[in-house]
Amino acid sequence: MNTNILIVVMAAIVLSPIIGGLVAGIDRKVTARLQGRYGPPLLQPFYDVLKLFGKEKMIVNYWQIFCAYMYLAADVLTVVLLAMQSDLLLIFFVLAVGGVFLVVGALAAQSPYSQIGAQRELIQMLTYEPLLILVFVGIYLETGSFKISDIINNYHQPLLYSLPLLFVVMGYALIIKLKKSPFDIATSHHAHQEIVKGVLTEYSGPYLAIIEISHWYETVFLLGLCALFWHTSLIGMTILLVVTYFGEILVDNITARLTWRWMLPHTWTGGLIMSFANYVWIYEKIRK
Amino acid sequence: MKGLINWSRVKSPWLLHFDCGSCNGCDIEVLACLTPLYDVERFGIINVGNPKHADILLVTGTVNHRNKVVLKNIYDQMPEPKVVVAIGACGTSGGVFRDAYNVVGGADKVIPVDAYVSGCAPKPEAIIDGVVIALGKLAEKGKKVDQGIFERLEQTQKEIKDR
Repeated sequence: MNTNILIVVMAAIVLSPIIGGLVAGIDRKVTARLQGRYGPPLLQPFYDVLKLFGKEKMIVNYWQIFCAYMYLAADVLTVVLLAMQSDLLLIFFVLAVGGVFLVVGALAAQSPYSQIGAQRELIQMLTYEPLLILVFVGIYLETGSFKISDIINNYHQPLLYSLPLLFVVMGYALIIKLKKSPFDIATSHHAHQEIVKGVLTEYSGPYLAIIEISHWYETVFLLGLCALFWHTSLIGMTILLVVTYFGEILVDNITARLTWRWMLPHTWTGGLIMSFANYVWIYEKIRK
Repeated sequence: MKGLINWSRVKSPWLLHFDCGSCNGCDIEVLACLTPLYDVERFGIINVGNPKHADILLVTGTVNHRNKVVLKNIYDQMPEPKVVVAIGACGTSGGVFRDAYNVVGGADKVIPVDAYVSGCAPKPEAIIDGVVIALGKLAEKGKKVDQGIFERLEQTQKEIKDR
């Protein structure tokens, strides 16, 4: 039993960056095709990270190094906890800690660009974290447990059937967490600029590479969370993940960036209304 | 591992474009390289807005006494290894403005330039060619950086020592 857990943890740590990097490569390729371009090679994200590791170490202060490593550690831990089928609430708090360290590292630098980026990242966290909690509460109401192992073992039908609206709510959180347009106000991928580079402005060279790898872990974690909505069959899970991620890329390409004044109220009203509608539905089902 | 990193450097050059006071002719041609027709992202080239993330600095326009400080500052902020490409008649030599009282000249008067792209304005193909030449030099410089040799401006070297 113990060796089993060890193997799962090792696989999660080693395979996640590879999968995350490939997903990022596919993402860039599909984005390019949607824009009528040929696009970079599939392995481009790996080239980028390797190159960044070879760059000169330029830091503003030592907090940045600490925060970059802590961000990586927190994101690795979320993936490991997910692979160990641990508690959803615990995973949620570890994820939040990782996000906070990214912000603290940006705030440690004096640069106004990085400061504004950090403030915006905080607002983004304020926007998506309540939504994620609402999704987890919905999962609890339906299955009776926050523990992923209990959900997988004791609940024998896809969660998507009973929580479709909460899945849409998680789509909102996913757009923010994956740094996709229209909610990429703190920083953005694919060389879209937002006040220089927002929260990542002062991270450079190997430390930017560490943050990039953390982002790959985060991508895998978020996809794992989506997979939980169709845990009963592997085919259903794959289809759900592909459709969800393609939806995210599509939204990224057809929308323009919005300000936080737009993001916060609209995400909250939409998210809250859909969450409570879904809660009422679950409640009615339980009462019957 | 070092060979792999050096190979990745050539496969993933991130560009920073600095306009030193150009007429925007060259700037438009630089941005044309990013459009679907030329699509430099297939070579892994990304146009970044942050000198701290950049590998290649593209300089367009004449350097004058006001912006030579900015140009030097941006060059200093880029982590090594890095290369500079001067673009257009003005960027390489000062162009028709070279005798004006406020003009210093081309970008090479202030920072070391690794590749020159002539033309007024140069075609996007020529700019891509210039970047490819610069990439060869980037690989050489990468090997030097691996050995711990950093090419810096004299003044910067002195400032680092004094600290």
